Amino acid sequence: MPYPKEYRYTKEHEWVKLEGNRARVGITDHAQHELGDVVYVELPKVGKKVKQMEELATVESVKAVSPIYAPISGEIIEANHELASKPELINQSPHEQGWIALIAVADAKELDTLLTAEQYEQHIGSH
Amino acid sequence: MFEFIPNTPEDQRKMLAEIGLKDVQELFDDIPKEILNKFKPTSLEPLSEFEAKQLLSTLAQDNANTDDYVSFLGGGIYDHYVPSSIPHLISRGEFLTCYTPYQAELSQGTLTWMFEFQTMICELTGMEVANSSMYDGGSALAEAMLMAKNITERKKFLVARSINPHYWDCLKTYAWGAGLELIDVPFTEDGRLDRAFVQKEVASLAGLIVQSPNFFGVIEDLTGLKDAIKEAFLMVSANPISLGILAPPGVFGADIVVGEGQPLGNFQNFGGPLLGLFATRMSYVRRMPGRMAGRTVDMDGKTGYVMALQTREQHIRREKATSNICTNQALMALVATIYLAMLGPHGLRRLAEINLQKAHYLAERISPLPGFTLRFSGPFFNEFVVQSRKKPARILKALREDGFLGGIDLAPYGVLDGNNLLIAVTEKRTRDEMDRFVKVLKRT
Repeated sequence: MPYPKEYRYTKEHEWVKLEGNRARVGITDHAQHELGDVVYVELPKVGKKVKQMEELATVESVKAVSPIYAPISGEIIEANHELASKPELINQSPHEQGWIALIAVADAKELDTLLTAEQYEQHIGSH
Repeated sequence: MFEFIPNTPEDQRKMLAEIGLKDVQELFDDIPKEILNKFKPTSLEPLSEFEAKQLLSTLAQDNANTDDYVSFLGGGIYDHYVPSSIPHLISRGEFLTCYTPYQAELSQGTLTWMFEFQTMICELTGMEVANSSMYDGGSALAEAMLMAKNITERKKFLVARSINPHYWDCLKTYAWGAGLELIDVPFTEDGRLDRAFVQKEVASLAGLIVQSPNFFGVIEDLTGLKDAIKEAFLMVSANPISLGILAPPGVFGADIVVGEGQPLGNFQNFGGPLLGLFATRMSYVRRMPGRMAGRTVDMDGKTGYVMALQTREQHIRREKATSNICTNQALMALVATIYLAMLGPHGLRRLAEINLQKAHYLAERISPLPGFTLRFSGPFFNEFVVQSRKKPARILKALREDGFLGGIDLAPYGVLDGNNLLIAVTEKRTRDEMDRFVKVLKRT
């Protein structure tokens, strides 16, 4: 699965997509592949404020429960409630329908600290 | 034989030097001499098996036990009859373990009964999901409190003063670490929860903790409590035998139901090991502490049992685990499973009725005695508080001389004023025993 060029990535395998002054957040194809079948997602509460690389959500697969970190600081304005009944969306469509949260961006400059698609591909390639 | 002490005299010397001591004995200097002298260890020489057995049985004779004494002791641990099929069945090689299996495919027998145990606890409590047990009633209640804190993200708890004082201590210990605020809810003259007090404290409440029947044996009225506290958690600690005739707490909207499972076929075991029961709603299953057996099908479509939801447990999720309890009390839970399976729902109901009737028989004979009154007017199950003119210690001494363990003197707990005795009556007590008990009370 290709890594969209307009997204930014963390070394911890989250992606972030800027939509105006909001950021959509999820986990990468590589991450879902490593986790295996996702069975449950603990979504963040709307209104909660997170700092960059603080724990945002947890994803439970048949193998592990993994923390998901916020790639960018801000306030949660929406969580993907479709994941409550269809956690498998993370496996099926990690970069689109499997998004986890929408964040009101506090500081867009933080994006510069993240990896580009090319850098991320290098990062997972070197694993 | 190898030495069991893993460190050499040289290791010991280094460790003592590090903390600035000369001798290991100095580590025990904090223990008052008069206590140390009272509990001098028996000087043990190497003995043959025969001699060792004789020595141990001589020492054991210093204990009063329920084979030799007629017991009216309760307060959380009860003298119910343990059918001899239980020790027989739990001694079988397939079952005899006090621990949880990690290798599911090799442990189908154990996982099957755990699944049955959980199912029975759900039916008894009226809840949707149960774990495969916890250490004891007190720690189960404390874990319920932590779970409520995690889900509600609040820290204020109302705790009925009428819960078992030992559970209270357990809650306090957990609350200290978690930074929780515990507020005592007083009881009224009938021995039940002061509901007006609860109403006043609903704001930003994480949960309300009650026990029914409570420590005084009184059955709480759970009706409408959940409505009163709204989204805060209603946590109920229940005696499983009483649920043979009482409506399960789940019916009243309880969010978590816990209890002490010892009455379900377990011996009193010097006060432990015990058996914690824990049940909740399905929507909270991922926040539930402890272990759970699940049923599934294998690739050939055959039924199989597994340890479910292990990914949230400590051995996988480390410090972020749901709880630091990721084990169960397997052997005691097995006992409870066999006990409940043998009784069945009708047997459990009958057992509960006999307990209730016998306790009321004794209470009715004690209450007219001069110098004795029933402390509370609320309805009770198999236990009640008697207020006495004389000191309970004197009464209990007289009873002991006549072969009775007469109940619990409540003075040390500081919950009630005056002279109070907590008396429990199980199905084991005969009319003759109770009539003789009353005669001794008359004499004191």
